[in-house]
Formats: sequence, C-alpha cells, structure tokens
Amino acid sequence: MINIEIDGKLVETAKGSTVMDAAHKAGVYIPHFCYHKKLSISANCRMCLVEVEKAPKPLPACATPAAEGMKVHTHSEMAAKAQKGVMEFLLINHPLDCPICDQGGECQLQDVAMGYGGGASRYTEEKRVVSPKQIGELISTNEMSRCIQCTRCVRFGQEIAGVMELGMANRSEFSQIMSFVNSSVDSELSGNMIDLCPVGALTSKPFRYTARSWELSRRKSVSPHDSLGSNLAVHVKDSKVLRVVPVENEQVNECWISDKDRFSYEGLNSAERLTRPMIKQDNKWIEVDWPAALEYVANGLSQITRSAGANQIAALATPTSTFEELYLLQKLMRAIGSDNVDYRLRQSDFSADGMRAGSPWLGMSVASLNSCDRFLVIGSFLRKDHPLIAQRIRQAVKSGAQFNFVHSSDDELLMAVANKEIVAPDQLVSVLEQILKALAIEKKVVAPVDVASTTTGRVAIDIAKNLASGKQVGIFLGNFAQQHPQAVRLAYLAEQIAILSTGKVGYFGEGANSVGAHLAGAVPFSGKHSGLNATAMLESPRKAYLLLNVEPELDMHNPQLAMRAMKSADMVVCLSAFKHQGLDYADVMLPIAPFTETSGTFINTEGRAQSFKGATKPLGEARPAWKVLRVLANVLDLPGFEFDSSESVRDEGLDLSSIAERLDNHLPLMKFSAVTPVLGMQRVADVPIYATDAVVRRATALQKTNDAAAPFVMITSVDMHKLGLQPGDAVKVTQGSACVELSVRQSEQLAAGTVRLAAGIAETAMLGAMFGTIELTTVHSTKQPEHARQVAGSNVERT
Amino acid sequence: MDKIKEFFKTFLLIELLKGMALTGRYMFARKITVQFPEEKTPQSFRFRGLHAQRRYANGEERCIGCKLCEAVCPALAIKIEVAERDDGTRRTTQYDIDLTKCIFCGFCEESCPVDAIVETRVFEYHGESREDLYYTKPMLLAVGAKHEAQIAKDRAADAKYR
Repeated sequence: MINIEIDGKLVETAKGSTVMDAAHKAGVYIPHFCYHKKLSISANCRMCLVEVEKAPKPLPACATPAAEGMKVHTHSEMAAKAQKGVMEFLLINHPLDCPICDQGGECQLQDVAMGYGGGASRYTEEKRVVSPKQIGELISTNEMSRCIQCTRCVRFGQEIAGVMELGMANRSEFSQIMSFVNSSVDSELSGNMIDLCPVGALTSKPFRYTARSWELSRRKSVSPHDSLGSNLAVHVKDSKVLRVVPVENEQVNECWISDKDRFSYEGLNSAERLTRPMIKQDNKWIEVDWPAALEYVANGLSQITRSAGANQIAALATPTSTFEELYLLQKLMRAIGSDNVDYRLRQSDFSADGMRAGSPWLGMSVASLNSCDRFLVIGSFLRKDHPLIAQRIRQAVKSGAQFNFVHSSDDELLMAVANKEIVAPDQLVSVLEQILKALAIEKKVVAPVDVASTTTGRVAIDIAKNLASGKQVGIFLGNFAQQHPQAVRLAYLAEQIAILSTGKVGYFGEGANSVGAHLAGAVPFSGKHSGLNATAMLESPRKAYLLLNVEPELDMHNPQLAMRAMKSADMVVCLSAFKHQGLDYADVMLPIAPFTETSGTFINTEGRAQSFKGATKPLGEARPAWKVLRVLANVLDLPGFEFDSSESVRDEGLDLSSIAERLDNHLPLMKFSAVTPVLGMQRVADVPIYATDAVVRRATALQKTNDAAAPFVMITSVDMHKLGLQPGDAVKVTQGSACVELSVRQSEQLAAGTVRLAAGIAETAMLGAMFGTIELTTVHSTKQPEHARQVAGSNVERT
Repeated sequence: MDKIKEFFKTFLLIELLKGMALTGRYMFARKITVQFPEEKTPQSFRFRGLHAQRRYANGEERCIGCKLCEAVCPALAIKIEVAERDDGTRRTTQYDIDLTKCIFCGFCEESCPVDAIVETRVFEYHGESREDLYYTKPMLLAVGAKHEAQIAKDRAADAKYR
C-alpha cells in the first residue's frame, strides 16, 4: 500500500493502482470520458488531467500510477485550466443538438461541460460531419458526428464481449468509429455499448425519440430471461415500460446486461398481450369477467376431479415464473390431490427424481467463476444460453484459466479453448467416461464407475490432464446436457470427474427461476408422493391441463407429443400474458401479468433469492398470477390460501436463511445400462437466444437480429455429400408424424451424423423431441413445400 | 391639545371635504379609460399572451419535440408526444397547451432552443367551455401562421437583449 494526497485528503491505495483509483477511494470526482473501471486504460480523452506536484505538466489521472507521497490537485488553477481547455477541444466537433439527442439529460458530456467547460465557444469554423452507419437493429448510429472518440465501445467489444465488431478507422480529424464493411454488431452483449457511450453517438434504436430521460420513473427489477438474475432498472412512463438498463451488482451481473434483458421489454408492449379473461364456447372465444372465468375453471376442475379423479389434472409451468406463482401452483395442485406438476419442460431424463437432497444449482457462487482456473463445460450453447456467465468465464480465461469443452456443436465461444471434444449427442456419455478413466489413471486411483472397457481418446486424456493440474476446477452442465436423454448419467459422470479433480460440479440453470421452481416444490416428487413428470403427463394424456406461462408448442421437449396431449384434453387452462397458439386448443385463457407488472421472487442459479416489486400496473384486466391462483383456490374452497401479499406467499414457501442447505447436486451411486447408440441422423437442438420465453419471442427489435433469423438445417459437408445436397437446397425434415421443409446449410462445427436444427421456434414447432433421430430427404420438385406443410398438419406460423 | 383638534375636525367635516376635493380633481382630469375593443393599450414586444407554434419560412415546423418547455412549465400545462417522422427527423405527434392551467410565465418560450413556442400579443381569446381553451398542435400552428409577421418583429426587437 502507498499513501498519496488528493486535494488535501490522505488516501492509502494499492500498489500499481492509478491516481483515478485513489481519487475514487478518497471520494474525489475527476471528470473523465474514456476511463471505465471495467475496461482497459486508453487515456485518449484527456479530460481527467490533474495537477501533480513536482510534475511540470498536468497528468491524466486514469493513466498515472500512484506513487508514494504524491500530491495531487484536481481543482487547482492548472488542473481547471487544462480541463477547460480539453472540454473546449471536445466541443469543437460535437454538434450542439442536445435538444433532439436521446442522451440529453443523462449525458456525461453535457454534465462535464456544465461543470468544467467554459460558457461559450470561440470556434466559428465548420464542424466535422460523420456519415450515419448501419450496424443492426439494436444500436442506432445515425448521429456519429456526436462521437468524441473515447473508444469505450471498441474496448468493450475487444475485452468484454470478446469480439471486435466496432473499430476506429482513419486518423486525426477523419477518424471514425465503424463496423467492418457491411457487417452488423451481433454480439449478445452489444447493448452495453449504449450505456458505455458517454455521448449520444450510440443510442438505443427501439427507444429512439420515445422519451426524455427526466420523464422516466426508474424502478428496480430482476431479469426473467436467464438463470443469472441480472439486476435491472425498468424505466417507465405513463405505466408503459420504455427502456431497461442494468443496475450494478458486482456479485451477479457486474454492470452489464445481455441484449435479451435490455430489449425484451418490447414484448411487454406487444399487440399480442392478453388483456381480458376469455372462455371458448361453441368454438368461439368470448371475453368474460374474472369471476365468471374463475368459476368456469373451478367447475371444470371439480367435475374432472369427481368423475375421473384428481390424478387426471396436470400442471406445467415455465421456470420464468416467479417463486410465488410456482409455489401457489403446486400448492393448489396438491390441495386438489394431484402431484402432476412440473417446470422442467425441456428436460427428458427424470430418473434422478427424488434422489437429490435439494435443488440442482451452480455449485458455487457466480462471482467465484472468476477465480476458477480450470473449466469443463459439458453440453452448452454457452454464449447464447448464458451470455453473462460466458462473459465471466471469458474474463477468467483471459487471466489464465483454461477452458475445456465437451459438446455436440463447436460454437464460437470468443475465448481461448484449451481442449474440445465435439461429438454426436449419444457419444457424450462415452466422452465423459473416457475423461473419467483418464483422470483416474492420471490421479492413480480406481475409477468410481466401471470404465474398464472404455478406450480413452487423445482429447479425453488432454482434458483429464488439464483438469488434474488445476487448483480450482469447475465442471458445469449446460442446458443441452440437462435436456439430454441421458442427462442424469452425464450429471453423475460430471460429479465423479469433479470429485477426482477436487473440483465442483454445477448446473447453468435453464430458466430465471430453475432453482426457485425446485425449491417451491413445482416438481412431481415430494416426500412419499410422486406424480407424473413433464414428459409422463404428456405420454399418458390427462383430462385437464393448467399451463402457467407455457406455450406447449414452443416450450416443451417434444412439442408434437405436447400438442397431441393438449388437443385430446377436456380442459386446458392457459395462464398467459399473451394470446398464443393456445387459442387453438385451450378452453380458458386467463391474462396474467409479466415480470414488470407483478411482485415476486426469482432464485438464480447460485441460489440467490431476489425479490422485486411490480414496475407498472398490469395491462388491461391482467392480474398477477399469484393473485389469480390464490383466488382460484378460494373459489375451489381449498384451505390455506389466505394470502394478501406476494411476500406472505414467499415467506410461507421459503425460508430465506436456509436456501443454501436446500441446494444439492450430489447424486447417489447409480447403475446405468449400456447406452444404445442412435441409428440414423441425430438432432442437435438449441433454443435460439431470442426464442427462450414468451416475452422475448415478441420483442420486435430482437426478432429482427441475425440471432433470430429463419432457421437452417445444418449438417456437415460429409453428410451433405452423402445426401447429395448443395448448401441452400431445400430439404424435407421428418421427425415423428410431421415434416417440414427448410433450407440446408453446411457447418463444420458439428459431428458427422448430426443435424442441427433449432427448437422453440414456430418454424420447427410441429417436429418431435429435441434429441433423437431425425430424417432428412432431398426435395426435388418446387411444389413440395405446400405438401409438406399439409403433412405437418398444424398451422403454427405466427402472423 | 390633540383632543381639541380632533373635536374641531369632526365638527367641521374636514375629512369629507378632502375626499370631495379628490373626487373633484379626477372629475376634471384627463380620462385614461380605454374604449376596448375600439381602443387598445400599447403593448410591449415582450407581451405574454396566447401561445403560438411557429414555422420556418420554408413551411417546416420549428418544434423538434425536445420537451424542455414541458419540463420547465411550472403549471404542468404542456403535454407533448414525440416520434420519428418518415424523413428521420424528430417531431411532435401531440403538442397541447391547457390554457386554463397556463399562468403565462413565459418560461416555455424562454426555454425553447428553436423559438418554436412563443407567446403572442393576443390576449382577447376566449372559449365557451374549458375544452375550447385546450389548444392542440394544429390550433397553435394556426395562431402562429396568423400572427407570424408580428411575432417575427417582436423577436427581432427583443434579440439585442438576449
């Protein structure tokens, strides 16, 4: 530690830190533009010039290392003159269009100009004009003349997002920030550049001209879109969400949020919002009031309970629902007498049900990802499924950690990968067995599982050696591994690998509330009772389904199976914020409030419970789902539903102090049968980043990005050759009873014999399970597509 | 002594005569009553009357929807909605002034960066109901169009003091 003096205040600061860091510590503000605590130092804006005693010239605080005994003056005559001069230079080319600038009112340049600049400009010559750029649907670059070349956006791309999509071209007065020729900014974190930009050069395109910053109320919330639980500030005007920005939380999202969190709010204002309860009568939807709708549901449920038994009623919920909603849903179901409730909609292996002592979780805190020095990630579309967790791992890898990857698709992770094994889905188990065997040999112990017959491959040995040399090892199972038909076996092997490498095993949760849903008891097993899991309740169709936020054709592991069950049911009750495909098969649609309009709690993948309040009042007659479920239970005359706030629901269902004890990834010793290899082509299904839940699916700007482009069938060049296809050819994809015609693309990121085809989107919603065989046949005639759609027999294309 | 003075004042009706003298003086003084509407009092070029929205000489409306007037208005009489016009410029889709709320402080024209919202010399506007005094964008633009010559002259006269 060294001692320095800033404006007469003595501060102790770490060796190697800068004057800027010391000033922060002393609580002294030094004006700056290019400096950002999470980015590297570039010292090009010169705004932070300060006077240092014994230095002949003013020095930039952000790039001057603090030295013992240094005396710094930030407001002295020399410093003030330097700052005023820099400000005048910056304003030479900056247009004075603050009145029409979206940054106006929250602009760093405006604030600093007011505080440190002169009153008037002496510059009368022509100003520089920079032509507008087109870099995608999310960031508006119409006014690049406003840019002051701080290069924060460039550094963000290089250092945080991991890809340089914006750069500075040309020199001096001609320098401009631009993307590569004809390319857009596609990073899943790109929206953060809008926050970073200290002026109005990069602004939000969907927000453009909709409000001024002083008109907005800022309300805290939590992201429902991924398992991290990013902290958000929801900006509201006239009960309408107009913008979402991050709230800094170093333990969770640092100061970033993903584009999905930032731009999904457009879905909340979608025209597809369901605003009144509806009942289907004589095949026509009629709008009714709440008492009538709930009476109708209660009657239906009681009738089915009486005639066929409560076991004929099943409930499905998405893990984007709040803890309170899930708790009341399962409480309602169990009060009726049915244990058929599940949130694991996209999973297919339920053989570990009831074997774990608690909920599967990350296995460590999110912040401790940064200190891991060895990673093994199994089955994850990491960047798209968990953008900010990927960002944390990227930072760890940059500071020396090594990353190993076992998956069925070699996606670009934008970080250095030490070893990777890309195999077909049915080979994942074998790869983990190989790693386990190699690791046992490396550690000179007996493998805990019978892997004697396994022959270890070169990559498996490399991964094992890599893990064995680590001090803090993290083994993580991604969404793909959790949705895998042998998910439990993968998890079991992963745990054994973690034990041998003295590391920790963890899951990247699939939804915002995956852990919360488990803790709320929204699973079919509880104590001695056990009901039907998400797949079983579709395989043996029930008479009534309660769907909480679920769109079965998009949210389920096997949409074909789900739709068959929905269509054969006597009664389907949709609790949904949107009008969706349910209009075809549901009997009642109850409008519920999305996350900004209800209070609730999300428990993120590290077991952090974050409660939030509603940011606006519910649209139309929509009501928070916890209230709907409570009143439904009251109408059904069920005891124990006398709640008057979401907090009282949470307090009944959750002891905040005991969450940590209820998290457990441990699987007891298990016996597995031999893996039966899949014959024919295997499907590798990802859920595209902007198709994960109901709100993002309706966010218009996100749906125009490249990540939401129409799906392709992707196969390797070898398979392409085998099938006699050319890239761009139409191909008929058959799975189960339906087929669809899509364009084919070549991808060398897959294993031979696999077909990558996205799930969770309308174009593939008629197909079957996310894993397993899939058939490709060439299409010769151009008239085929219509036929193919007829065979599909379900009109799922959204208008 | 004072008491005696008081007694005589009361007795001799001196106050009454003083009052009558004042009335009498005004009876013969020059009349300043203005015969409105035939006659009007002179107005300052800074007179703050009915609001108007101005256009540029080429017919383009001046207002860019920066909402500074809305923000500064102490009576919360202004309501603005903004959207991007087809040509990419920022324009108001709604600009209303509730004249029943307005206190004619002139902050709106003071804050306007483009001299779009101004207060004219018109003060004898009226309405038969409250709704009539809720001025919308077309109404304000119409006022501006009608009085543009006067408005421009007044702005020019005031320019040197700004």
